[in-house]
Amino acid sequence: MSGASITAEPPPQAAPPEAGGEDRSRYRAGALFLLPAFILLGVWLVYPTVYTIVRSFFGQHGYLGTWVGLDNYRALFTTSALTTAIKNSAIWVAVVPAFVTAFGLLFAVLTERISWAVGFKTVIFLPMAISAFATGVTWHLMYTQNPDLGAVNALGRTVADSFSTPGVLSNASPSTTALQPKGGGLLLKTPLQPGGVALLGLTGIAPLDVPQGAQQAVKPAPKPGDIVGTVWRDFKPGGGKPGVVEQGELGLPGVTVELRDSSGKVAQSTKTDPNGTFDFTDVAAGTYNAGIGASTFAKPFGGYSWLGPKLITPALLIAYIWIWAGFSMVVIAAGLAAMPREVLEAARTDGATELQVFRRVTVPLLAPVLSVVFITMIINVLKVFDIVIAMAPEGSQRSANVIALAMWRTAFSGFDFGTGSAIAVFLFLLVLPVLALNVRRFRTET
Amino acid sequence: MTRNERARRARAARLAAAAAVLVVVLAVAAGCGGGSKKAGSTGSTTANKSVSGSVKFWGIWAATEQKAFQKVIAGFHKQYPNVNVTYSSKGNDIPTVLSTSIAGGNPPDMADIAQPGLMKQFVQQGHLKPIAYADSTISDNFSPAWKDLGKVNGKLYGLLFKASNKSTLWYNVNVLKQAGVQAPKTWSQMVSDAKTIKASGTPAYSLCGANGWTLTDIFENIYLRMWGQNKYDSLSAHQIKWTDSTVTKALQDMAQVLGDTGNIYGGTSGALQTDYPTCVDYAFATPPKAAFNLQGDFVSLEILQATKSKPVKDFNVVPFPTITSGPNSTAVETGGDLIVTFRDSPAIEAFMKYLASAQAAQIWAKLGGFGTGNKNVSASVYPDAITKATEAPLAGASSVAFDMSDEQPASFGATTGQGEWGIFQTFLQHPTDISSIQQQLESSAAKAYKSGK
Repeated sequence: MSGASITAEPPPQAAPPEAGGEDRSRYRAGALFLLPAFILLGVWLVYPTVYTIVRSFFGQHGYLGTWVGLDNYRALFTTSALTTAIKNSAIWVAVVPAFVTAFGLLFAVLTERISWAVGFKTVIFLPMAISAFATGVTWHLMYTQNPDLGAVNALGRTVADSFSTPGVLSNASPSTTALQPKGGGLLLKTPLQPGGVALLGLTGIAPLDVPQGAQQAVKPAPKPGDIVGTVWRDFKPGGGKPGVVEQGELGLPGVTVELRDSSGKVAQSTKTDPNGTFDFTDVAAGTYNAGIGASTFAKPFGGYSWLGPKLITPALLIAYIWIWAGFSMVVIAAGLAAMPREVLEAARTDGATELQVFRRVTVPLLAPVLSVVFITMIINVLKVFDIVIAMAPEGSQRSANVIALAMWRTAFSGFDFGTGSAIAVFLFLLVLPVLALNVRRFRTET
Repeated sequence: MTRNERARRARAARLAAAAAVLVVVLAVAAGCGGGSKKAGSTGSTTANKSVSGSVKFWGIWAATEQKAFQKVIAGFHKQYPNVNVTYSSKGNDIPTVLSTSIAGGNPPDMADIAQPGLMKQFVQQGHLKPIAYADSTISDNFSPAWKDLGKVNGKLYGLLFKASNKSTLWYNVNVLKQAGVQAPKTWSQMVSDAKTIKASGTPAYSLCGANGWTLTDIFENIYLRMWGQNKYDSLSAHQIKWTDSTVTKALQDMAQVLGDTGNIYGGTSGALQTDYPTCVDYAFATPPKAAFNLQGDFVSLEILQATKSKPVKDFNVVPFPTITSGPNSTAVETGGDLIVTFRDSPAIEAFMKYLASAQAAQIWAKLGGFGTGNKNVSASVYPDAITKATEAPLAGASSVAFDMSDEQPASFGATTGQGEWGIFQTFLQHPTDISSIQQQLESSAAKAYKSGK
């Protein structure tokens, strides 16, 4: 916690020099030894902090620029990119410290009970050994939407495909409005009677996706007592006439067609021939609707857009918790190891259940350690930067923006040093109370 | 900066190409047995010996481009044997190198810079010399639209010697053939073609939404072709507000593409995660995943290197679709290298005039990788069909404008995820929300221009 040094008490002053030459030279020697530290602190901490605060009241360019008063601070809460950043940082603070502490506690307590604790702890702690940037890149790959590339979505596909298999024409859409979507499939709007012909035209099928063995589409002649029809790729170069079977348009074989009676129940179901035709034989008198079954259009699992604007923040949170749970576990495990066993034994002897021991004895005794982890995480999360820039694709970075990233982008990519400084001061103000809390705790401990 | 970013990529690509060209050049040189002194085939060969002196020229061009420019210089030496032009390449660092050399009091005689903003800055600081002496030569060879790009406060300081065309539409020939449509000439034609292409089973558009600048480039092209250069310049200087009705109209046209979610490869969310040049690879992959890619002439290198597509046979290019008929229909968004002078001398004057001539431009145009607004350069000199298609429209452009983001404060026009780039990504997500997008653009621009002072 390097920040603590900012607010730490100044080193005790040497006694005021007295007339005696010995005291004066001792004072000088002391000052001489302190000088390098003061210079370093001054150059690297005091001056930048003061300059940043001053700079935040001035315009974009130059060493100072023009005085703009509180405009930069107003921009913090009116610019949408910056309000998003503040909102996201709030989400980070609300979620990450709690989860990291909880997971750490859970892992620490559970590993006490298993014989392969060292192995388990090593695995959980391992992400800490990887730089946040590398973690970001790794998770970026794992989150990739295409299930052929992203591990997370590949897992999703394995689950999804065990429930449904993709249909033969998953991308197809109706060529005219005569075909209406119904329950995942398509249904011809106009009712048919025995002897009728159903034309089910589809478009949006790439030549490569046409089922094998497809032949020139044929519009079948009506048959008394039957309902016949065809399913075909209603497209030829230039578009063709929608709804009309034309030369050069292919029938779609192997498509499941359904005939529904007036109550909507499936009366008959059959598959199309290579030229797209089908024939519902011996249809009883009445009105029917012909259509294509939903299974034909079942889409393969396309993966969740983890890195898209909607899911990017949850995706980042998961990756970040994955990194830090190990740190939290190790710190809490150390606290646990130092805990007096007698107290636990005493509680057990008194008949407390394990859950009660955990809730009433372990957690209260661990409270100081837990608060260290919690506060450390709040500070870490307020500063979070690298994992966001590494993991979020540029198109989602606006939605994933956090305060530290917004500060860097505004100052060093937009060259708006005024607003950039204002964001830095704002971030500093947010960290300040947490730091004060930490410093106070240090004092009570010593 | 969009241009720098693209230039860097393009340059990296060119470097690879340079290696190949180098082999060829060496082979040719070896075949000739070196030092052949053939007279130049173009232009006058009468030597002017009265002018003498030397010209120190610093430029951005390296590798292949440097070789090409050396040939241009060689052409000058034939006319002015007593003038010695020395070119040295400073690469992409040229803005820094020039600023440093000015501060040190020893700038070169001439330089080429890719940033119009930098030229303006140098003029305001009083470092550049006006080139009124070349005025008539430039007027003879360039339309006023091109000439004006070299003006600062109404005075001529620079010459846009090497230009690129950012107003192009790349298309997959095979996809269009399967869909049975022609390459579109107008915006409405493109939108209706896109519907047919979708019916044929391939999405029409491949967008690079992960990079905000690709979206603002599309907007800038639409705006320029819809409203012309004056309005375009006013908008980039924030004299027209982003809430203006002209912006609304341009965004409405843009929404015809962005809002056609089912017709964008990967949909809106996929497009937002697709960066440049991945989007180019999508449109020209086998099998193709999309038909159109709305990007500048720099795309061709990417297609050639990353895909198996062959020029003309598999991929081709047309000018950015016309939005309105009339004077703005052939407006072009351009980028390029401005040549400026830091000193005056007869030798510098002679070289500047020479660079403005068709003869100088032709030497490089023949070698490829070069476009020019010089109207006396015949389109037939471009070495291949694609270069001809992208660069020939430059000379005939009714109006020419630089990329807007070079004129805008970076906090608005060139910051990832924020300002204009970020807001256009929001527009891609919510293409129907035009008025809210305009308000966001206006408040972001107002802030950037206000504190930019």
